[in-house]
Amino acid sequence: MGNPSIPIEYFVILSAVLFVMGVLGVLVRRNAIMIFMSVELMLNAANLALVAFSRQWGDVSGHLFVFFVMTVAAAEVAVGLALIVAIFRQKQSIDIDELHQMQG
Amino acid sequence: METFATIVPLVVFIPLGGMIINMIFGRQLGEKGVGAVASVAAASAFGVAALLFFALSRFGYEAAVINPPVLTSWISIPSANIEIPWQFRVDTLSVTMMLVITGVGTLIHIYAIGYMHGDSRFVRFFMYLNLFLAFMLVLVSANNYLMTFVGWEGVGLCSFLLIGFWFDRKRGDGWKNSNAARKAFIVNRVGDFGFLMAIFMTFWTFGTLDYYKPGEPVHAAEAAITETAVAPVAEGGTSGEGGTSSEGGHSTTAYAGPKGIFGQAEDMLREGRTIRFGNTDVPIRVVLTLIVLFLLIGVTGKSAQIPLFIWLPDAMAGPTPVSALIHAATMVTSGLFLMTRSSVFLAAAPAATFVITVVGAGTAIFAGFVALGQWDIKKVLAYSTVSQLGFMVAAVGLGAYSAAYFHLITHAFFKALLFLGSGSVIHAVEHGHEHAHAHGHDEAGAHDPSLAHDDHTAEHALHAIADDIGAHGDPSILHDDATHADAAHAGGQHTATNTPIPETAEHEAVFDAQDMRNMGGLRHRMPITFWTYLIGTLALAGIFPLSGFWSKDEIIGAALRSGFTNGELKGFIAFVLLLLAAFFTAFYMWRQIRYVFLGTARTEAAENAPESVNLMTIPLIVLAGLAILGGLLNIPLGISVGAVVLVVAIFAAVVFLLALRSQRRTISGGMLGFQLLIGVIVVGVAFAFGNSVEGLTLWLEHSVGATMNLGPFNPLLAIIALVVAVGGILLAERIYGRLNPLTRKGRDPLEARADTRPAFALANAKGYTDAIYGALIEQPYNRASKWLADRLDWDFWHNWFHERVIFRGFNNAANFLGEPVDRQGIDRLFLLPSRAIRWASGRLRGLQTGYVRTYTFTMLVGVLLVIFLILFPLLRQLIGG
Repeated sequence: MGNPSIPIEYFVILSAVLFVMGVLGVLVRRNAIMIFMSVELMLNAANLALVAFSRQWGDVSGHLFVFFVMTVAAAEVAVGLALIVAIFRQKQSIDIDELHQMQG
Repeated sequence: METFATIVPLVVFIPLGGMIINMIFGRQLGEKGVGAVASVAAASAFGVAALLFFALSRFGYEAAVINPPVLTSWISIPSANIEIPWQFRVDTLSVTMMLVITGVGTLIHIYAIGYMHGDSRFVRFFMYLNLFLAFMLVLVSANNYLMTFVGWEGVGLCSFLLIGFWFDRKRGDGWKNSNAARKAFIVNRVGDFGFLMAIFMTFWTFGTLDYYKPGEPVHAAEAAITETAVAPVAEGGTSGEGGTSSEGGHSTTAYAGPKGIFGQAEDMLREGRTIRFGNTDVPIRVVLTLIVLFLLIGVTGKSAQIPLFIWLPDAMAGPTPVSALIHAATMVTSGLFLMTRSSVFLAAAPAATFVITVVGAGTAIFAGFVALGQWDIKKVLAYSTVSQLGFMVAAVGLGAYSAAYFHLITHAFFKALLFLGSGSVIHAVEHGHEHAHAHGHDEAGAHDPSLAHDDHTAEHALHAIADDIGAHGDPSILHDDATHADAAHAGGQHTATNTPIPETAEHEAVFDAQDMRNMGGLRHRMPITFWTYLIGTLALAGIFPLSGFWSKDEIIGAALRSGFTNGELKGFIAFVLLLLAAFFTAFYMWRQIRYVFLGTARTEAAENAPESVNLMTIPLIVLAGLAILGGLLNIPLGISVGAVVLVVAIFAAVVFLLALRSQRRTISGGMLGFQLLIGVIVVGVAFAFGNSVEGLTLWLEHSVGATMNLGPFNPLLAIIALVVAVGGILLAERIYGRLNPLTRKGRDPLEARADTRPAFALANAKGYTDAIYGALIEQPYNRASKWLADRLDWDFWHNWFHERVIFRGFNNAANFLGEPVDRQGIDRLFLLPSRAIRWASGRLRGLQTGYVRTYTFTMLVGVLLVIFLILFPLLRQLIGG
């Protein structure tokens, strides 16, 4: 099924690399938009893995799932960007470290 | 008779109604209206009593027990067999008392309208007087000891209220008055204790308090028939036999129904029963002796005998009409009434009657002696009253109830007369004093502001007074009269009639209008008062044709008979003491006449004293008539009461005409005249129907068993008594007549002579009774109460028990429970978990940094951990192969 020229391991490794990049981005970046983009990166890494395995096994459930993920991600972007705008209006900044009033 | 006697509740309710009308409408009625209402109530009660009198005469002296429309079963506990109704007993004894009370009471009410004129509490005074009448009539008309006690206490209350009537007078007089009232009340409570004990013992013994049950015959009726009245015990026996054996076809068969205390007592005496008190059986005779002795304690309180007489002289602090009505004529005789009512008990207790006789005779001579040394005109009369009451009590002790009652009635007449006369004198002297000291001011005349004010408040009053005063032709009297009643005496206690100028008040501070040294020569200034007072004096001294002669002679005769005929010791004692007391009586009364009316005026006040108004002199005249004629009630010559009644009726008609003439246009005049007219008609009608009216002795025998048979008139004794009385007067005339240069501060001739000085000092100091009572009772009592208050109440009870035991004990207990138990124990226990949580949360809160990064990282670690856990078995397989 599909094109066997590229083995599945490559897809998985790329996906893992992308995911780790996303995780690191979330952890180390302070700009909210960058964090947001890192989250998108992680989602897409997951999507990539899903699609890769879908092709591997010839099962469209993976594709289907990816569509759902993309839909949810779109909705999430809408909400997330609105939040960021609201935070910017409040703080004149989108530095996430400044939002640490909710501490023990 | 039974149906006729049903009007008897009216005799109580009419005065009560008078009081209620005055209570509600008193302010609107004005002085004359209030006086008229009160007097009409009293006179109407007299009318009822007169109707009862004639009903009794007409229907054969048949006693009746009447249930009133209210309280017919006053105290009723069927399970305990206690039944104490409010019943009226109408018999000759109670009707006699009713007639005296309401008759004298009516006259004193009328007098008081004049006497109390201008007083700020005029209405209240007449309310009290009517209330007194109502209670007094409850007392005498009751059919059981408890209702008698209700009346007994009621009159005590009224006495208290009226003695202290002027409690708000200035310059310490108010204190004097209210102290006198308290003294009377407290001393009487001591006597009431005795009465109560007698009531309790009676109830325990007989199971009832009723004197007689309805329909029960009085043994006295049989005693009168069988002529065995001298020996009461024998009489009880005779009547008992009379029931069983012959005694004939008429109605003396033994009465089988329920019996009151007296009937039961006679039965028990005959059977020789014993009464169980606790663990001991006491013979009925001993029980009755104890009851009588306890009654005697009550009597010494109310009737002012040794040792409880001390309140009566002080009671003269009250207004003079009160002294006359309550403390001379009526209330103080209720002790006599009580003992006469209990005559069956007395007859069975010879030891107790001995004590009664000695107490009475001792009181008679002691009070007579003390009266010799008094300066106050009313104090002399007060001690005289005590002395005369002693005569009566002695007579009761001797068994001569009719003699006691005879003296009671005549004494009510002439002592009321003397008191009212003294009131008239005091009134006039105060008056004269004001006149003398406020001369210039009064000349200004009839348009004095205070007079104008008075005109506003009591419009009719001035018309009436103007009528009365007109005869004197002195305009100043009008003013004086308006201000008099309290102002002259107390320096103007009510604002409407304050004294004209300040210096008058200063003079009054030292002027005592009741001191006989301030009087003298009043004979010409006030002729009506003088002549009536003289009649009263001679009647009291016992001079031949006047009433006192007959009644006192009877008592002394009873003592003579008891001593010499029956050979009783008490008779001898009484005879000697009473004869001496009669001598003293004549002596001190003539001394008083000498001081007050004869000689020359010793003060300006006495020089200017005017005669009193008609409202005051008319009762004096009526009472003087009664004092002259009262002897007819029981003179041993057999003249019937009917004749007396006829004379009194004629007299009343004369007074009626007098009243009509002088007060034609006043309300009270009309009312008075109307009442007297009614009285005359009642008397006339009843006289036409009353077929046989008997003398007082026979009359009383219908309700009193065992009265002493006094035997025929003893001319020798009468002459002895008369000689003693005349001797007293002549001696007084010898001492006080020629040696007349008495000055205002002068000494009594007895005081001036060395040999009589100690005796006078003793009499003047009232026999040191106040000092002795003070040392024996008052001071120990005060010390005891002080000790109780300081040591027991304050130190022990307050400081120790309350402060230390309760207050501090409570505090300590509360502190202990609060600090160690609650705070240290319970609070710590329950705070422990909360502290632990707080401590733990303090540690945990550090996790919450607020940096998103941290949370993300934590999540990442968690996810990795989960992944690791999921993958761990796989890895182990891979490694372990």
